[in-house]
Amino acid sequence: MTWSLFWSNLANAVSLGSLYSLVAIGYTMVYGILRLVNFAHADLLMVAAYAAFYGVLVFRLPFAISVLLAIVLTAGVGVLIERRAYRPLRDSPRITAMISAIGVSFLLENLGLVLFTGRPKSFPVPGFLGASTDIAGIRVTNITFVIVFVTAILLLLLLYVIHKTKTGIAMRALARDFDTARLMGVDVDSVISLTFAIGSALAAVGGIMWALKFPQINPLMGMMPGLKCFIAAVFGGIGNVVGAVIGGFLLGVAEIMLVAFLPSVSGYRDAFAFIILIATLLFRPTGLLGEKIGEKV
Amino acid sequence: MLELQDLRVSYGAIEAVKGLSLSVPKGKIVALVGANGAGKSTTLRAISGLIKAKSGKILFEGKDITNWPAQKVVKLGISMVPEGRRVFPDLTVYENLLLGAFTRTDKAAIARDLEAVYRLFPRLEERRGQLAGTLSGGEQQMLAVGRALMSDPDLLMMDEPSLGLAPVLVQEIFALIKRINESGKTILLIEQNARAALELCDYAYVLETGVVALEGPGKELLRDDRVRKVYLGEQ
Repeated sequence: MTWSLFWSNLANAVSLGSLYSLVAIGYTMVYGILRLVNFAHADLLMVAAYAAFYGVLVFRLPFAISVLLAIVLTAGVGVLIERRAYRPLRDSPRITAMISAIGVSFLLENLGLVLFTGRPKSFPVPGFLGASTDIAGIRVTNITFVIVFVTAILLLLLLYVIHKTKTGIAMRALARDFDTARLMGVDVDSVISLTFAIGSALAAVGGIMWALKFPQINPLMGMMPGLKCFIAAVFGGIGNVVGAVIGGFLLGVAEIMLVAFLPSVSGYRDAFAFIILIATLLFRPTGLLGEKIGEKV
Repeated sequence: MLELQDLRVSYGAIEAVKGLSLSVPKGKIVALVGANGAGKSTTLRAISGLIKAKSGKILFEGKDITNWPAQKVVKLGISMVPEGRRVFPDLTVYENLLLGAFTRTDKAAIARDLEAVYRLFPRLEERRGQLAGTLSGGEQQMLAVGRALMSDPDLLMMDEPSLGLAPVLVQEIFALIKRINESGKTILLIEQNARAALELCDYAYVLETGVVALEGPGKELLRDDRVRKVYLGEQ
């Protein structure tokens, strides 16, 4: 492989890793607090992509505005899912909430099929993002850089919120001990809502950037990326935000490099993620940075 | 300051507190003494809003706060040192203390109280950046007390503060409770160490299976035959 090909693969790998990271954070934050795998999280990618699509093509809003609205809407959907589907089950066995999560996921996917039909739509990519830039003889589409840049900023912002603000401290406390957090005066319900809002907003950004990178959207577009991001979260150590980011990046880079270096097995690129999941569960169930968590679903 | 009127609390079909009435006067130390399962912890959990009362009333400075959500109770001026310390192990000492002041917004006052807690427990200041999970049991108990003080409560409730501590630390904790009380905080204390609690407190209630079996000034109860036999292990 030539160097220039390697570099363009690497750029591609890092941008895919960024997308995985953004979405994996939502899984890991919710799991950290509620010990729940939020299967509906994957479908928020689709919700966000369609919302932006309709904003631009149907309501004729400027691209930036419709992206912003799509993010807000998706965050709202995430909060609504928690309130309607998970909160009433908070004291039930965890498997019950998980079944509810699977149900919400099916609901969103089928709602998407009914509302938007199964036919893929082509996502409107603004000219600037679709264009390519030459750097030292390597052609890379601008969206590749934008993805990495946006992800980096959002990650820094998130780490700041989690580690430096009162609400962030409350979130981390909640991940440990609901009752004692309550004794401190933490309003558990609103911190959980906020966690869903943040996770869903990040998934929305991920979904829209996914649609910009692979500009064909369909109602089931969230399924495979969602599963992979869940794998990234488990691989990094579920419940740990930094772990999810590292897991996302490693998974993205490994996937692209596998295809680049071993084109003959490129058909197995999706299977590769599941092999990582199985290996993680077999050899290091707590993941790379995971802490010991007593009981799990 | 705090008054319970015929309080009843159940876990499902099991009634843990069966019509408890007591009062905690301002500025005093009141102790709840009794065996395991007498309903002491349940009573504190009901006051702090962690569990719902089935019937009866909880009055704080004349206000009915029965079944208020926990965050409103804290804001009103009641805080709790929970049983088993329950510090947040993966937050730093400083973050634990800051969380104690979660409901407050006056930054200057919070900083002042943080200084006061550090003066009370210099060890916590030395270890402010350390994860709470790495502290010793005694230090964690200090942190739990400091954290509860950070909400600047009028009433401080302590659930078994001496549990699991070395005897020398137990004495330290009781001296500390006295000091906190002298600084103007009213204290409601649960203790299995009945002798120490009765010596320390102004007034005590002896609980048996969810009701008050005996009550009186601590020193008087220490002389009571029944108390001596059942709770102090004397012949």
